[in-house]
Amino acid sequence: MSQTQQAAAPKKMGRMIKTALWLIFFAALYIWSFTGLEVEWKKIMESLKIVNKMLAGIFTPEWGFIWEDEGVLDNMLVTLEIALLGTTIAAILAVPFGFLAANNMSKRYPILPFVEARFPVISWIGKRILNVIRTMPELIVAIIFIVGVGPTAFAGVLAIGLHSIGLIGKLYSEAIENMDEGPMEAITACGGSRLQVLWFAVVPQVLPEFFSFALYKFEINVRAASILGMVGAGGIGTPLLFALKGHDWHRVGAILLVVIIVVFLIDMLSGAIRKRLV
Amino acid sequence: MAAETKQIKTPSKLRFTIIFLVMAVLYVFSWRGVEADIGSLIEGWPYIRDLITGMWPPNWKYFERILDPMLETLRIAIIATTFGAILSIPFTLLASRNVFPNTWVTNSARSFLNFVRTIPDLLLAGIFVALLGIGPVAGVAAMTVFTFGIITKLAYESVETIDPGPLESMTAVGANKWQFIAFAVVPQALPAFVAYVLYAFEICVRAAAILGLVGAGGIGIMLSETLETFQYQKMATIVLFTLVIVIVIDSISSRIREKLL
Amino acid sequence: MIEFKKVRKVYPNGTVGLDNINLTIHPGEFVIIVGLSGAGKSTLLRSINRLHEISEGEILIDGKSITAAKGAGLRRMRRDIGMIFQNFNLVKRVSVLRNVLSGRVGYHSTLRTLLGLWPKKDVEIALEALSRVNIREKAYARADELSGGQQQRVSIARALAQEAKIILADEPVASLDPLTTRQVMDDLKRINQELGITTIVNLHFLDLAREYGTRIIGLRAGKLVFDGPVEEATDDVFSEIYGRKIKKDELLGDVEEA
Ligand SMILES: Nc1ncnc2c1ncn2[C@@H]1O[C@H](COP(=O)(O)OP(=O)(O)OP(=O)(O)O)[C@@H](O)[C@H]1O
Ligand SMILES: [Mg+2]
Repeated sequence: MSQTQQAAAPKKMGRMIKTALWLIFFAALYIWSFTGLEVEWKKIMESLKIVNKMLAGIFTPEWGFIWEDEGVLDNMLVTLEIALLGTTIAAILAVPFGFLAANNMSKRYPILPFVEARFPVISWIGKRILNVIRTMPELIVAIIFIVGVGPTAFAGVLAIGLHSIGLIGKLYSEAIENMDEGPMEAITACGGSRLQVLWFAVVPQVLPEFFSFALYKFEINVRAASILGMVGAGGIGTPLLFALKGHDWHRVGAILLVVIIVVFLIDMLSGAIRKRLV
Repeated sequence: MAAETKQIKTPSKLRFTIIFLVMAVLYVFSWRGVEADIGSLIEGWPYIRDLITGMWPPNWKYFERILDPMLETLRIAIIATTFGAILSIPFTLLASRNVFPNTWVTNSARSFLNFVRTIPDLLLAGIFVALLGIGPVAGVAAMTVFTFGIITKLAYESVETIDPGPLESMTAVGANKWQFIAFAVVPQALPAFVAYVLYAFEICVRAAAILGLVGAGGIGIMLSETLETFQYQKMATIVLFTLVIVIVIDSISSRIREKLL
Repeated sequence: MIEFKKVRKVYPNGTVGLDNINLTIHPGEFVIIVGLSGAGKSTLLRSINRLHEISEGEILIDGKSITAAKGAGLRRMRRDIGMIFQNFNLVKRVSVLRNVLSGRVGYHSTLRTLLGLWPKKDVEIALEALSRVNIREKAYARADELSGGQQQRVSIARALAQEAKIILADEPVASLDPLTTRQVMDDLKRINQELGITTIVNLHFLDLAREYGTRIIGLRAGKLVFDGPVEEATDDVFSEIYGRKIKKDELLGDVEEA
């Protein structure tokens, strides 16, 4: 009895010290964060004066701007097209990356001499590559492509196509890692070649999930594509940037309305399809 | 019997064909819509190559100049994630059916949430820059809304999967709503919630890094500056630094998250 | 004919899976392999079609060494050996027919099968195989819509469509209930008798082994400890294979025929 109490006391002390350390850490973190931020209250107060005008403008959208030539709908359509093409390019290019990064699709190699443990080197490299692709912000990728092909929607397609390989490839590789490997064995036992094993045992299992992940990324990419125009890569972002810079709140309102409705509808549609796929 | 004979007939390929045709039309349409031009990519390739080769070697000295903006980005992310997390607590509870069985409450909370989540992050940033002026405060505001959306969505979904046993026993002993939440919901949902806050922080750091492109503070401002003035070696320093920060934060945070869940 | 010549298998971690196995299995036999869990039954079966590589010795099939076979030659030999697994190893999301057809991959060029250009004859063979196991009407159902016993019959049909001369079955009934167990074993037995396919089955249930086998092989710690016709496999022999008295749960017990 007394023994357990003795044992409990230091444990309790240890926990208290740990909690205290965490508290100090967070206190320091927040003090550092808040005091370091350069806030010019006067400027903010100055800007905030427009809040009434802004809200009034946003809630009375300029309807004509929605339908006019090169207006909101035209640009939103381009945004959707960028997302569709970009996602498709990425969904295709991500297939080899997904297989590369899946740790059950490549050999494991002994990396240390005299040690039994084997390591999936190829898959490790594949995962790193995907990670780096994912970490490059798509706006920066877009800017790089703009240097090549000019400030067009095509630059946006290329940027989304390249950037999306990161997430889609990662999701693909996880789907491959989680599949049932039994059928692979069965096709091998039937005398199938490597390609046949892939086609008859792997593809039918992972394809619906691949589609589902591509659709999921498409939902994300519609959002991403609607801001690409802010750096000049086509779509609704460009008129948005102009409207924001010109404080044309009626136009901002019109754009916001369309973006929100379209994104919402795409989410619903894609979500419904994804539910049926898997 | 009739069902059997029907089943043995080969299934029709009509649906597949229709989907295929619709997709084909969509692609042709889109390809034209974005004025896709492989030729321009091939022609423009030398410029892209020059940009990438021009980035090497990165300008290491420039590191001193970008340290402060990078710290500002981190500050924005930390503050915004915190605010977003605090804001998300009431909405998480309101959106969870096992906390508020009233579907009217949960549905309106969810609709609001879906609405918030449809707005792209940079669009938010643009609006807040217009509203609050150029500077990190606009970034904090935009990222707060952004992280709020991410955390609440994940959190209410996980609250709905908690063990109903303690919930029922709290109801059984006659607890009021506050007691119910404090003793049955919070203890169960807390680890997952913290994990989602960390996850949102990871995403927030990535997003905050580009906020500057529209004037909302942080490292992004330097990014557009170096790009517009063709200082590619400096740009490389920024990109590399951002990559390192993001990867370090991701790996620390995902390790903690694994422990939590 | 399957011949094991001084076969030895050592796993990378040092476990001896098979220890100096010498064995000849003649065409048309219905061989049942018994032994404790970990005795090496699966290892033995899987080394026949080289899903597992052996470390020493040689395995001959109809006089040809599968141990030495490579590439297309190995695939050619595997084509003649069907395999049935404990958990069926079907692709659950595609139709039963497609699963059965996949048994015929070894007969055509890779390109042709990838394009799905199965000859009409192959589809007939596949449907015929399904008829043989009484589930032809399920040909266009998705594999995961079938019960466990039906799924196992699909995998038997796959081996039949393969026109295999040998069928290897690794605990084909281990995840089935007693009634379906008998149906599946009856199917295997019937195919063995009607088509003369050499059948080798790993089993856990001793009464099933006696009932269906013509020859029993006992393994213990990778060694062959018994090999003889079913009449010689007395309770004492089983006790010896298992190193102890037989327990009740190693018998399936009596189940009325369906
Ligand atoms: N991949 C492997 N690596 C290392 N050892 C293995 C491996 N596979 C099997 N073994 C070992 O080899 C021995 C024989 O295994 P095997 O699977 O052939 O047994 P089994 O008779 O089929 O058993 P069970 O009835 O449980 O299926 C066991 O000791 C097992 O632990
Ligand atoms: Mg086994």
